[in-house]
Amino acid sequence: MSSVEVIHVVKSFADKPAVDDLSFSVAQGEIFGLIGPNGAGKTTTIRMMMDIIKPDSGEISIFGEKLSEASKNRLGYLPEDRGLYKKLSVMESIVYLASLKGMNSHSTEKTADVLLNQTGMLPHKWKKIDELSKGMSQIIQFIVTIIHDPELVILDEAFSGLDPVNTELLKGLIDELRNQGKAVILSTHQMNQVEELCDRILMVDNGRAVLYGNLREIKSKYRTNSVIVDFEGELGDIRGIAGKRSNKDYVQLVLDKNTTPQQVLERLIQRGLTIRRFEVATPSLNEIFLELAGKSHE
Amino acid sequence: MNKALLIFRHEFLQTIKRTGFIILTLALPVLALLGIGILYILSGTARPATEVTRIGYVDELGGFDQFTTQNNITFIRFNTAEAATQALIGKDVTEYLVIPPDYISTGIIKRYTLQKEVTPPAATTTAIGNFITGNLLAGKVPANTIVRIETPLNLVTTTLTSTGGVASEQGGLTDLIIPGIFSFLLALALAFSSAYVLQGLGEEKENRLMEILLSSVSTRQLITGKVLGIGAAGLAQVLVWVISIPFLLILASSSIGGFIQTIRIPPNFLVFGVAYFVLGYLLFAVLSAAVAAVTSTVREAQGLAGIFTIFAVAPLWFYSLLLFFPNSPVWVVFSIFPFSAPVLVMLRLGMTGVPAWQLIASIGILVLSIIGGLLLAARLLRTYLLMYGKRPGLVEIMRNLRSG
Repeated sequence: MSSVEVIHVVKSFADKPAVDDLSFSVAQGEIFGLIGPNGAGKTTTIRMMMDIIKPDSGEISIFGEKLSEASKNRLGYLPEDRGLYKKLSVMESIVYLASLKGMNSHSTEKTADVLLNQTGMLPHKWKKIDELSKGMSQIIQFIVTIIHDPELVILDEAFSGLDPVNTELLKGLIDELRNQGKAVILSTHQMNQVEELCDRILMVDNGRAVLYGNLREIKSKYRTNSVIVDFEGELGDIRGIAGKRSNKDYVQLVLDKNTTPQQVLERLIQRGLTIRRFEVATPSLNEIFLELAGKSHE
Repeated sequence: MNKALLIFRHEFLQTIKRTGFIILTLALPVLALLGIGILYILSGTARPATEVTRIGYVDELGGFDQFTTQNNITFIRFNTAEAATQALIGKDVTEYLVIPPDYISTGIIKRYTLQKEVTPPAATTTAIGNFITGNLLAGKVPANTIVRIETPLNLVTTTLTSTGGVASEQGGLTDLIIPGIFSFLLALALAFSSAYVLQGLGEEKENRLMEILLSSVSTRQLITGKVLGIGAAGLAQVLVWVISIPFLLILASSSIGGFIQTIRIPPNFLVFGVAYFVLGYLLFAVLSAAVAAVTSTVREAQGLAGIFTIFAVAPLWFYSLLLFFPNSPVWVVFSIFPFSAPVLVMLRLGMTGVPAWQLIASIGILVLSIIGGLLLAARLLRTYLLMYGKRPGLVEIMRNLRSG
């Protein structure tokens, strides 16, 4: 059974479509990327999933049913617009918000200590929220989202405003959630930031799905059959190379239809070049999006 | 535990922990205590002296030689104004009067004193009046007629029912004390409690907590828990005030005089008091929630909510008009109008009997307004909770409410 099932959902604001016939599903144990530029309809889709706004048409089911009070306890949601009670301490905030997810204060405090320790926030647990930095508050918000051990975690722009250290910390925690068999939905406009994490993605633009499926397969599909090489020596003419683009630190070689990357590597070595880096070029999600968005605007 | 109950508990505890709430709860009894203290000091200084006051007089008309002792004031006769002036300077008398020969035609009596005053003390004026009246009437009417002329009226009023029986509600100023205090506290509680609801919801909106909360609870649970939690805190505040009233009255009584025995609580007042407090609070709280929903900051919300909280306080401004015309059709209309009903009906209950149909209409419309207000607030919250920018206009709100 899918954790989330969205079927032909449509939502318009003042007759302007925000979400236009969107369908997708999310399974347990996967990280699902809901990606697209600002204003693409990602947050509207999530708010419909959370039953905060109603779709004009279409169906949404969470854990196989319409979102109910019981199923709300089984999910964790970190919205894009988020905050905490500024006058409460870190622990008071966690205990109150966890109680609304059906947790008792004793087990909340125990779990909170573990998570605060894991994120280096334990020394701050009795500080008031308004004494914390923005990054620290974000970590606490994330802890509030997962404290009740939800089966489905929805994170909307989870990395915005985080420094590189906290971004890596959060990525590690999200990866851990997948390893525990949870379903995680990562919604973001910073596509490159999440592509290393996601198993499957839905790319949206102007409320419509432009790409949906397994990330590896998508990347493979949009691969341009080229390799990236950083080397020492004279490259000269190499058989099977249809084109060459020089960059500051590397050269991208476009292969012809009959040549494989393996053959090119062998030929480069035979030429006596010192290879410092050799990799099959795969397009980033940004590049794929720009290509698709360019096509749709043509 | 039920989620609305969890929100209720959180809101109650957070509200009573607010510094503003604690200060306000204690401020009222403390201010009243201060007031009583000041009154005590003032009444102590204004209290008539127990020693005998001597007032001189020069009788140029003749015949003023009786009734020279009035309570603790003694009238001392002088033959000339010069002698009286010397006695005044020598502090032998505190003041002196000259009764001129033409007093009967002019009514003028000249008074001389060393004190600079706005108006002569009431006790002195009464004593002089009685001294003059007594001497003018002496020998012409019986002595007890003179006493009656001095205090001609002791009006005892009895209100009868339409069947001629003695009415259970007799009215009078002493009936106004408890309803007056209660109405004042009710208006305060309504204004402050709705301010707390505004602040609570406004802060959650400002701090971007709405979506987080609504991922755990429904809009209805959120509003119910919040309104009742803050309402309970408001009730606790009023309870502190109400409990402090008997102590304050006893204190006031010991300094002002035994008026506490004269205070009467109109029948059914407590039942209606509780009913109007609860209904009034609920109405203002749900409307505050609706206002908080469409505004993006606490300050903006408080400005907008001020428009309807004015109606709660307004009956107190017109207290004197109410006193003179308690059954005017204007008050009947505003007793049924839900915003002004709670405080106005409480005031009118103390002044005059409020007909049953008015009470039923007023409570019925209050209940309907609360239900309508709750539905409106839930819908507005759902529509506008995620709006952090400009406040929508009335036309836009109506359009969005219709389109859902």
